[in-house]
Amino acid sequence: MNYLRIARPEVTLSLFDRILRINWLLVVLLISLALVGVTMLYSASGGSFEPYSSRHATRFAFTLGLMLVLALVDIRIWMALAYPVYALALALLIGVEFFGETAMGAQRWLNIGPIRLQPSEMMKLALVLALARYLHAAGELKQLRDLPVPLLLIAIPFALILKQPDLGTAILVAAIGAGMIYLAGLGWRIILSGAVSAAIGLPLFLAFGLKEYQWRRIRTFLNPEDDPLGSGYHILQSKIALGSGGVDGKGFLNGSQSSLNFLPEKHTDFIFTMIGEEFGFLGSVGVLALYGAVLLVGFYIAIRCQSMFGRMMASGITITFGLYVLVNVGMVTGLLPVVGVPLPLISYGGTVMLAVMIGFALVMNAHIYRYSVLPTGRSLIL
Amino acid sequence: MARDDDIAAKFTRRSIVFGTAGFLGFVGLSARLYQLQVLESGKYRGLSEENQFNYHLLVPSRGRILDRSARILATNIENFGLLLMPEQVTDLDALLSRLSRIIPLSEARKANIRKSFAKRGLRAPIRVANNMNWASFARVNLWLPDLPGIHPDVGEVREYPDGSDFAHVIGYVGRVPPEQARGAGALLRHPGFRIGRTGIERNYDLDLRGNPGALKVEVNALGRTVRELPDIRTSAAAGQDLQLTLDKEIQHAAHMALSGPDISGAACLIDLEKGEVRALVSTPSYDPNKFARGISGADYKALLDDPLKPLFNKAVSGTYPPASCFKPVIAMAAFDAGLANPRERITCTGKIKLGDREFHCWRRRGHGRVNLNGALGTSCDVYFYEMARRLGIERIHDAALKFGFGQMFDLGLGTGSAGLVPNAAWKRARFDLPWAQGETLIAGIGQGYLASTPLQLAVMTARIATGRNIVPTLVAGTAKPATEIPQLDFSTNALNIAREGMSSVVNSPWGTAYVPNGLDGKNMLWAGKTGTGQVRRISQAERKNRIRKNAELKRELRDHALFVGYAPFFNPQFAVSLIVEHGGGGSKEAAPRARKILNFALQQQALKVARMAAGTAPTEVAR
Repeated sequence: MNYLRIARPEVTLSLFDRILRINWLLVVLLISLALVGVTMLYSASGGSFEPYSSRHATRFAFTLGLMLVLALVDIRIWMALAYPVYALALALLIGVEFFGETAMGAQRWLNIGPIRLQPSEMMKLALVLALARYLHAAGELKQLRDLPVPLLLIAIPFALILKQPDLGTAILVAAIGAGMIYLAGLGWRIILSGAVSAAIGLPLFLAFGLKEYQWRRIRTFLNPEDDPLGSGYHILQSKIALGSGGVDGKGFLNGSQSSLNFLPEKHTDFIFTMIGEEFGFLGSVGVLALYGAVLLVGFYIAIRCQSMFGRMMASGITITFGLYVLVNVGMVTGLLPVVGVPLPLISYGGTVMLAVMIGFALVMNAHIYRYSVLPTGRSLIL
Repeated sequence: MARDDDIAAKFTRRSIVFGTAGFLGFVGLSARLYQLQVLESGKYRGLSEENQFNYHLLVPSRGRILDRSARILATNIENFGLLLMPEQVTDLDALLSRLSRIIPLSEARKANIRKSFAKRGLRAPIRVANNMNWASFARVNLWLPDLPGIHPDVGEVREYPDGSDFAHVIGYVGRVPPEQARGAGALLRHPGFRIGRTGIERNYDLDLRGNPGALKVEVNALGRTVRELPDIRTSAAAGQDLQLTLDKEIQHAAHMALSGPDISGAACLIDLEKGEVRALVSTPSYDPNKFARGISGADYKALLDDPLKPLFNKAVSGTYPPASCFKPVIAMAAFDAGLANPRERITCTGKIKLGDREFHCWRRRGHGRVNLNGALGTSCDVYFYEMARRLGIERIHDAALKFGFGQMFDLGLGTGSAGLVPNAAWKRARFDLPWAQGETLIAGIGQGYLASTPLQLAVMTARIATGRNIVPTLVAGTAKPATEIPQLDFSTNALNIAREGMSSVVNSPWGTAYVPNGLDGKNMLWAGKTGTGQVRRISQAERKNRIRKNAELKRELRDHALFVGYAPFFNPQFAVSLIVEHGGGGSKEAAPRARKILNFALQQQALKVARMAAGTAPTEVAR
């Protein structure tokens, strides 16, 4: 009975219906990840809830509530908001260019009263929303004339974020966009020609588009032992932390690398190394499995969606989330250059937590409206 | 709808492709983690240990250097300094201006600190102040809460309480030279370690150095100690103290006797019981404390450029013609060879002819008819030209060697010269020329190729005074017991002839260095011999006209003033040698100074004996 009641193609659902359709598995997985974060931050401050752990927990509780509320919003409202949100994010990105605050050699922060915003985080969500709306309306991307708009949607924020300069985030934005266009059904011929032009364009970009510090990071990544106390320090120390953890780790609160401050930014980007040091291979792979489960659920939700908008939203956010994890863990294990990408829900940091949870609100929203059939057609593009 | 289904199916397909790619990514990460955490775990565990623990070297306290009565000649004092930990400093300029209100800090020093700060490494502390006095060190400690990043540092620095008195003997310590530090053990590479660079400090470095200790400490990423691990501490073993035979008071007196404006020279005083050196002085001297604390480039250059060569140990490395001080040796050699008779008189007309060459006596109008004693007392050159002619260079050479000439005595200083005692073979080897008899004659008055060090002259005097084969020693406990020192290979009569002659020099009114009322003004008989070492060659033209006085000559052309002597004449206790470089005549410049030293040494000896009798003498430290 229930199933029949739920599996209706209507778009208009009662609040009760919507609550009934919430994916509680996803909620449980997100809570689990946040708890890992709370635990590791407790260890990062030497066995204390202050200053990171308790604030992390509070933020998560708040953003989880926000996530559930936003997830229950009518999907058509999200669709309607897609372009305005994108425009706002773009405005903030331009704003950060002029009024932004420099941190770690990059302009990334915007102070709006008491709130410190990272517009590039908001941009990822906005891009997913805007692309989802456009791809929903445009249908299958078979013709070349369908391409300029989504490419522009990606290229503008890419260029702005690159100028901050934040190469890592810029590449992430491009990758998210490309992934969504691919999933939307881009023709093979266009994909091939895109790949060819990328093969030509990338070396040119590397030669002329990179800042000195970005080159240094890449060089360091290629050979961290060259300068163990300079730029290679992060990578070397995090490898030492991971490796010394062994199979089962040194035990909770016993990570000498981290407690003696060898690990830089151990509470933010490098928190994964603490997991590896204190809980060993089993712990780090366990956390990876947890992330893997979230991704599986995300793709499952996307596939089950009836509407292209829902699919795109869910898959776009899932891709974003997955890329965060892959890049972060790749970075701390020395497979990728240090680009400053946090480990979502575990790393300390308010903006990222907010962005990730709003993202999962969209995924959850797609899940709630998975049976709903939304009108399509070129008229909806704008 | 079919079209929609198509799109949905394509999306599903592509999602699965995407998901698979993501899954492979996760598998890749897991594989990497497996590599790091399982396969290579041992390697990183080692690195982590290394990260976490540091072995701090504990520099051992350097052994002290003591004089014969265990008075301190070299020791270690606390060195109060300030270190700046770069990573704890947020505003360097504010910190420096606050600090300069507490202790004086020159602009140059500040600039240096800023420079080190700009190129700082993560771990290297910067030395802000060194060798501070207690008052300013205490003041900084009081204000420490206002000086974040400044850390007090107490180390050890070598201290030479009587700095310049002993500079040439003891030497000094300094930083380990880079070529020595390369590849050496941790101690030599430790920035706080100082190594003996010259003199006793250098030669006995291994004994004085001691053994370093180690301390295992837990450190944080910046290399700062988080805590000590007391169970893994091995204390440093201090170096051994080293006792010298020198006497602090006598050394000081000798140094003072040879000090003055434009005065350079050397003196050596030997205790005749076992040959222990009681004073070994070279002037002008320098302050070894400056070296131990790091001498400035300007100060070092000034020492190097000084024409009086303060850094050079003239007592063991300076070579001078023994001049007339050599005459007793000629006398003894001639007597034992049966070529001299103390009663024989030789007429000195002021010169002697050999072929068509003339050899002059220092006294132009001559000494008239002189016997051996008179010749020694008045230092008649003509008499000894004749003795040398009779002896020939080979016998002179052999006799000289028996008195210690031509031999480098190892006092443990690591430096010294053997001087030179020439003979025909030497000249052949050196110049590929046959020996000339004229060269024998001038060897008879201690000139020509003959070269000796003040130490050798003191040894010669000691051997004449005792008739025993005295070998000088400088480190306590290295001298042979008095009873084991062999007799000299000269007859007692020969020795007595030399001694009588040397007595005439100082005790007879006609002697070259006569002092009324004896050495001490209380009629103590003693013995001595003056010498005037010729530096320049006097031309025939000058002789005909008028020989220029020393005062008319440039300093470096003036004669060296020499004196050797011993006292008391009966039962002698000390032998002394002394040279004043370019001082002129031995009687005027050298003899009074040497007498002062001898006198002082005898007084000290008497005091020591008196104290010993009273039971208050400081006991000698057993090594």
